[in-house]
Amino acid sequence: MRRSSFAAFAAALVLLWPGEVEAHLVTTGLGPVYDGISHVLLSFDDLLPVVALALLAGLNGQAAGRKVLFTLPIAWLAGGAAGYASGVALFPAGFASLSLLLLGILTAADRRLPPFVVKGLAMILGLVHGSGNGAGIAAAGHDALGLIGITLAIFVLVALVTAGVVSLKKPWARIAVRVAGSWIAAVGLLLLGWTLRGRI
Amino acid sequence: MSSPPAFRAKLGPVIIAMLVTSPVWAHAEQGQAAGFLTGLHHPISGLDHVLAMVAVGLWGAQLGAPAIWLLPVTFPMVMAFGGFLGLIGVPLPGVELGIAASAMLLGTMVACEARPPLWLAATLVGVFAIFHGHAHGTELPAGENGLLYSVGFVIATGCLHATGISIGLIHRWPSGRIVLRVAGVAVAAGGAFFMWRAFS
Repeated sequence: MRRSSFAAFAAALVLLWPGEVEAHLVTTGLGPVYDGISHVLLSFDDLLPVVALALLAGLNGQAAGRKVLFTLPIAWLAGGAAGYASGVALFPAGFASLSLLLLGILTAADRRLPPFVVKGLAMILGLVHGSGNGAGIAAAGHDALGLIGITLAIFVLVALVTAGVVSLKKPWARIAVRVAGSWIAAVGLLLLGWTLRGRI
Repeated sequence: MSSPPAFRAKLGPVIIAMLVTSPVWAHAEQGQAAGFLTGLHHPISGLDHVLAMVAVGLWGAQLGAPAIWLLPVTFPMVMAFGGFLGLIGVPLPGVELGIAASAMLLGTMVACEARPPLWLAATLVGVFAIFHGHAHGTELPAGENGLLYSVGFVIATGCLHATGISIGLIHRWPSGRIVLRVAGVAVAAGGAFFMWRAFS
């Protein structure tokens, strides 16, 4: 009980630490929904953590994959709506690098995680990134429908990547996913260095 | 020696396509793509780095499973840790010597077809990875997009390993083993040259 209280306190501290919002929407000229879709596909800041989580969920099997498939887009939409309404992004400094590092290490290690842990990671990731997107859309004066495009793109992306990884049977294919995880972790570690260098 | 009609039918559109002028997009690289390309270029810009990275792949292929997949999983993360140290300004003495020594030693391992215990091979490669990562970390140009630079950097490093592993697959043939050992001698000689240059 004491441990869970500490974890909740630490999580609240991290989430309440405001960071810089760098969530600009791509303008396609096809409307806000398509702007949202292209934003996910073109912005590595959002794309890479989604792919990392989808790889991790896929390695953890169908149950974890199904939980992430619905949890992540819904949490992203909820966080986006909150960010759009409030104009405040709950995007702590260093969250992007630490999330990539954590998800990458978990993927590279290929350890089985309880489905609720994977679901919790999806919820935190969705809420934080979604709030950044929502606040960014509000700050730019764009239509909130962009969030629908973002959510749809994430749903499709997670479905494709997770299903692809779940269906892998050959050992070398799972190793390839683990190598991808180690690359993502390496990116997270380098990004953490960039973040700290900017602050030292 | 007339060409078949089907071939001529395909040749016409190809020639037309080649002759049709298209707009030139010859702007200087800028924005996020520049960061990605700079990161992609950085690991292949120095021959000393390239020799060592490829040698890791060659050695992994020589050692076979599980080293062939363990080294590509661990190397990017350890190298990123070195890059992280370089980014936050932690000094590492003798970086150039360490890089040159890595090419010499890894080349020698390949040339001798050495088979040390897995932990020793992983430790050896890991220590050298820190030197390479640190050198990259201190040389990172300012003003680039940190995330995209890191993505390009890690992808290029991973591709160098993959190149080494792909070449190393010739190890399955008797003549291929000899070619690999000769390649190891060449890598070690390259390392010796860089060591001499570091001292001069």
